[in-house]
Amino acid sequence: MREPDSFIHFEAISKVFGAVTVVDALDFHVARGEFVSLLGPSGSGKTTLLMMLAGFETPSGGSIHVDGRRVEHLPPHKREMGVVFQNYALFPHMTIAENVGFPLKMRGVARSERDARVKRALDLVRLGHLADRKPSQLSGGQQQRIALSRALVYEPKVVLMDEPLSALDKQLREHMQLEIRALHRDLGLTVIFVTHDQGEALTMSDRVAVLNRGKIEQFDTPSGLYDRPRTRFVAEFIGETNLLAGRVAQRSGEAATVALASGASVTCDRGAAFDTAQEVMVSVRPEMLHLVQDASADNALPVTIEDHVYHGDHIRLHLACGESRLVARAGRRDAAPPIGSKAFASFAPGDCSLVAP
Amino acid sequence: MSARLKALLLVTPLIVFLGLFFLWPLWMMISTAVQGGTVRLAFPQTATAIASWDGSGPPPAELQAALVRDLRADTPQERFGDAVRTLNSQQAGFRTLLPRTARTVREAAEADPIDLATVDPRWSDQAYWLAMKRSMPAYTDANLLAAIDLKRSDDARIEPVEADFAVNRAIMLRTFVIAIQVTLLCAAIGLPFAMLTASLSGWKRNALLIAVLLPLWTSLLVRTAAWLILLQDNGLINQTLRAIGLIDSPLSLIYNRTGVLIAMTHVLLPLMVLPIYASLIAIPRNLMPAAAALGAAPLQAFRHVLLPLAMPGLLSGSLLVFMVALGYYITPALTGGAGDQMISSVIAFYATGTANWGMAGALGLFLLVPTTVLYIVYSRLSRTPLVQT
Repeated sequence: MREPDSFIHFEAISKVFGAVTVVDALDFHVARGEFVSLLGPSGSGKTTLLMMLAGFETPSGGSIHVDGRRVEHLPPHKREMGVVFQNYALFPHMTIAENVGFPLKMRGVARSERDARVKRALDLVRLGHLADRKPSQLSGGQQQRIALSRALVYEPKVVLMDEPLSALDKQLREHMQLEIRALHRDLGLTVIFVTHDQGEALTMSDRVAVLNRGKIEQFDTPSGLYDRPRTRFVAEFIGETNLLAGRVAQRSGEAATVALASGASVTCDRGAAFDTAQEVMVSVRPEMLHLVQDASADNALPVTIEDHVYHGDHIRLHLACGESRLVARAGRRDAAPPIGSKAFASFAPGDCSLVAP
Repeated sequence: MSARLKALLLVTPLIVFLGLFFLWPLWMMISTAVQGGTVRLAFPQTATAIASWDGSGPPPAELQAALVRDLRADTPQERFGDAVRTLNSQQAGFRTLLPRTARTVREAAEADPIDLATVDPRWSDQAYWLAMKRSMPAYTDANLLAAIDLKRSDDARIEPVEADFAVNRAIMLRTFVIAIQVTLLCAAIGLPFAMLTASLSGWKRNALLIAVLLPLWTSLLVRTAAWLILLQDNGLINQTLRAIGLIDSPLSLIYNRTGVLIAMTHVLLPLMVLPIYASLIAIPRNLMPAAAALGAAPLQAFRHVLLPLAMPGLLSGSLLVFMVALGYYITPALTGGAGDQMISSVIAFYATGTANWGMAGALGLFLLVPTTVLYIVYSRLSRTPLVQT
């Protein structure tokens, strides 16, 4: 029973180390040509999941299908996957060309063909001129690109990347993100990318699986995760959010009215998952909060301005709403109301999400 | 006081120690090996006179007279003895000939002319005079040649010694063969052992490391004695093998080459394991998984990734074991048979048995040269590490 677009299928996959369940009965599909990130804090099971796919860990239960074939009992060298490791894992005793040619050599590709393909793979990352160097003579970014080129040279079905950019500095990291994205697009690769950096996951991926304690919190597109978080964990882990505790007072269609603990009442367009009287949290992104003087605006909450902090491209306003603290984000051209003044923080019913507390 | 001077003072004890206990004995060994001066010192006038004799025909009268004058002179007993030993090693017979002649010469009246041939007929044999002439130069290659079973013939050509005395080359060859065998055994055991140790962690790794280090902390004699107990015909190993019915008659495991190899391999194994282990734990942890992920089967990954990266350690370990094995003495002496003695035992024989320091030095030199060459190779190899961190 495969879904038509299911290229990689994790089926009830789990991994238990002693008494600790690291991956807990996960079920998800990745389509051919998709760029999927596994995002989560350390210990969320994302690396273990990747290692099970690569063949370095044996699942405690469940199965993994790649292109219709069960792979969980195949040794790593028979899985035909390109793996890019965290610290590049280039072979220090080989030249760059030998490193990139290694997977081909292991597959018995003839020398002449090997040389041509190595050259192509190096040109792909624009490092053809470094073929005769040793890895230790290359910068971190160059080593990363060589590792990438080595993982791509034998045209694997799937490319796995285990936090490949975490050792690079910020600028280089952003540059490499674009480069990997371009390679993914141009070569039609299926990529599984493990990261703990949410920004990286959002910029690069078609879809992101947010993992927490061995379970998938939400598997969605980047905008889906950011704009429509389904759990409190996702709302807090991806970007920044304001959480307002309350109870569902009324449901009408998809929309729900929530009575907040502070006494105010707000409406949210996406409340289908909750029943009346259920405790919920309303999640509003800081940039969705607008300061108005009009008490009759949508979801207007009375607030006191406590502080504004200059951030260059924007200004952050720290607001007190009863007992809770909110953060709003204002454009630099907006006139910030003076500290201590009162106003209303308003957001559209379509700009918030309800999550379980 | 300048910093440089202070630093110099700090290392002075080391320099003094090295000079006194390393460089000076080494220099003494080399110079003893090539010194021919013992005969010249004891017979100075003969030395002058023999220089003008071309070695053909009977020795002239003035040469004989010079020898008589030297024998009459008050030469210290020790110096005389050294000279006799040296001459005797060139030509058997001097050991009895010279003391007898000296006695006769000293007993005779000062003015009496002495005909040496009547004192002892051997003096009319030209070979004795030629041996004396050969022993006269201040420096000689006699010991060096003798160390590799060569000698100068009477007409100063280099020729092999008689087959009955030609043992050094065979022993030297045996020494190298045993050292190579021990090195190969150590590598064959040490590489898997080091790989296993490096792959483990925690107490398991420590237990294996202690197991290999233990022999280093035990006295050489105790270790060797332990092997005597284990390997003898009624030893633990033979008894066990017989008890489980694998063999009917005891295997001869000791007082032969097998015993030497077992005991030496055991003693030298740490020198192999530790460098390999050090090079293995320096290999980044994700290289082997990377090799597997890129399609290398375990054996391929071992051959193309692990082995090349462990090679510097394997080479240093091998050189270390080989160099140390070359000089082994006690272990082969205790666990080997007559045909398993190594060159060190011959050196010991010359040094302590016959007090022929020249021969001991010359043989030592032939051990020192290959060791030094290997050491230079070793330092070259260890200076260019493959893994740059």
